[in-house]
Amino acid sequence: MDKKKLTELKETAFRVREHIIRMSSDGGCFIGASLSCADLIVYLYKEFLNVNKDNLNDPNRDYLFLSKGHDVPALYGTFAEIGFIEKDRLKNHLKTNDFIYWHPNRNIPGIEFHSGSLGHSLSVAIGVAIDCKMKKQENKVVVILGDGELDEGSIWEAALVAGAKKLDNLIAVVDRNHFQANIETEKLIPLNPIADKFEAFGWKVRTCDGHDFKDMGKAFSNFPIEEGKPSIVIAETKRGKGLPSIEARADRWFVNFTGDEVEMLLKELHGGAESKLTSGTIVAR
Amino acid sequence: MTYEELLKELVDKDERFMILTAENRAAIRNLPNQIGDRFIDTGITEQTMIGVAAGLALRGRIPVTHALASFLTMRAFEFIRTDVGIADLPVKLVGGFSGFLSEANGPTHQAIEDVSIMRGIPNVNVFCPADEDDMMIGLRKVLESPKPFYIRYNNLKTDYKHSSEFEIGKAEIVSEGKDVTILVYGILFKQAIEAKEFLEKKGKSVGLINLRTLKPIDEEAILNAAKNSKLLVTLEDHFITGGLYSIVAEIFLKNKIMCDVLPIALMDKWFKPALMKDVLEYEGFTGDKIAERVNKFIKFESL
Repeated sequence: MDKKKLTELKETAFRVREHIIRMSSDGGCFIGASLSCADLIVYLYKEFLNVNKDNLNDPNRDYLFLSKGHDVPALYGTFAEIGFIEKDRLKNHLKTNDFIYWHPNRNIPGIEFHSGSLGHSLSVAIGVAIDCKMKKQENKVVVILGDGELDEGSIWEAALVAGAKKLDNLIAVVDRNHFQANIETEKLIPLNPIADKFEAFGWKVRTCDGHDFKDMGKAFSNFPIEEGKPSIVIAETKRGKGLPSIEARADRWFVNFTGDEVEMLLKELHGGAESKLTSGTIVAR
Repeated sequence: MTYEELLKELVDKDERFMILTAENRAAIRNLPNQIGDRFIDTGITEQTMIGVAAGLALRGRIPVTHALASFLTMRAFEFIRTDVGIADLPVKLVGGFSGFLSEANGPTHQAIEDVSIMRGIPNVNVFCPADEDDMMIGLRKVLESPKPFYIRYNNLKTDYKHSSEFEIGKAEIVSEGKDVTILVYGILFKQAIEAKEFLEKKGKSVGLINLRTLKPIDEEAILNAAKNSKLLVTLEDHFITGGLYSIVAEIFLKNKIMCDVLPIALMDKWFKPALMKDVLEYEGFTGDKIAERVNKFIKFESL
């Protein structure tokens, strides 16, 4: 990956993080998960997927499904940066005059399907992948899964089916931030070894650092990994990445910050001191 | 034309149609060999099958999904509600062995809340044909409709020759009657005809309405029956809650009318598992038992 590209990706991801931080006020958002997958989402839309604002309805486009849903601010921010929606529209976050709410929905150009209920999008993506294959189209169908989401039985049902149907145009990506909503995954329902589980279900697995664009560049090339098998990329990430005051804090899952706190966090993102946050996490989600 | 023949014809002439099953092939045994990759069996995975169907529908397909009614509507309920209902996708949900058709399987297999929970989902319509003939008359329009549809699959045969005019949301008026009108859907149509004959022998004037679709419901037919008959009977192999009796109550409240209604349904209990003939006898759903209950109700009410 050349230096110019790398800089551009980093700058875009930086602006997406700014958007996310701004959405964490006036009602708030799921900031931790949004920050953990921001780099991944920026990378996929800017470098990997054949989808842009001019081919959003083209049946030959690549598809991305955001299965875990509550990290949608990363998607909104990315869409604002790549021109799917106007940047101004982000100000409508949680307002009734728009559809920019806590989970993805198809009223936003570029969002393929609504999500929010965990464990759905993998099977929906299988349906899309089957149809692409039947029509002999070369589209890639990508699904971003949360690691906590892997607790859902329907994920494993769908993983079995994707393997059985030999869907090598399907690529799952796990945002492996090691957190469920309230607790570390390995402390509650241990998921490791994730790779072995999917291998056993007939998938081919790669891993990468979900915050390192060069590493993502290596992981997201040459698909399918093996002909006749679905692929999965386990991306190691940090919840709250970019903000030390949020990173790896179990109680910074859903947050609703004051305007002052948002300003502090923006400074922190720009290299300032760690923010002194007093707003607690809203747990009733 | 059989159910399978119609699906085969639709698949052949319309590239949108796909046939799916969660490893239940009772109604579609011959199709896998006839339609190639237009047939998808996802294995015993009702949830995944519905998700896959939603994905196919996003790509412009009309997936016709098959599973046992209880597992289709309940195991996969949230997938139907979330992926099919919210998105209003034209996924067709064909439930086998609904109501009394599950016979001796026992309560695990008894889909007797299916109408209630399917009609409760915005956008999802409900088709409950009276017999195979009735199903084949309505099926093409139901499958070609742009709406999601739950279908109580019914391949039982009766001697009744149904009206070939079928419209979604229109009931079939078999007869009109001054004393009592029986409202029925699905397999109990046969017992409704028998009950009607018993009652007519006793000199009663009996109306009979085969509702065909429960959502949308033919409100006008029900209101007319309420106006012209002294008593309405709602007859269903379904829990009392949320099915036809509830639908009639909703219509009456909305229109501010009141009339005598005798519900013949499963009163908050699962039915005795047995072969169909014995289930009907044991639970009191044979033609003569229905007629007897109607007569008792009329006598009691006129005291």
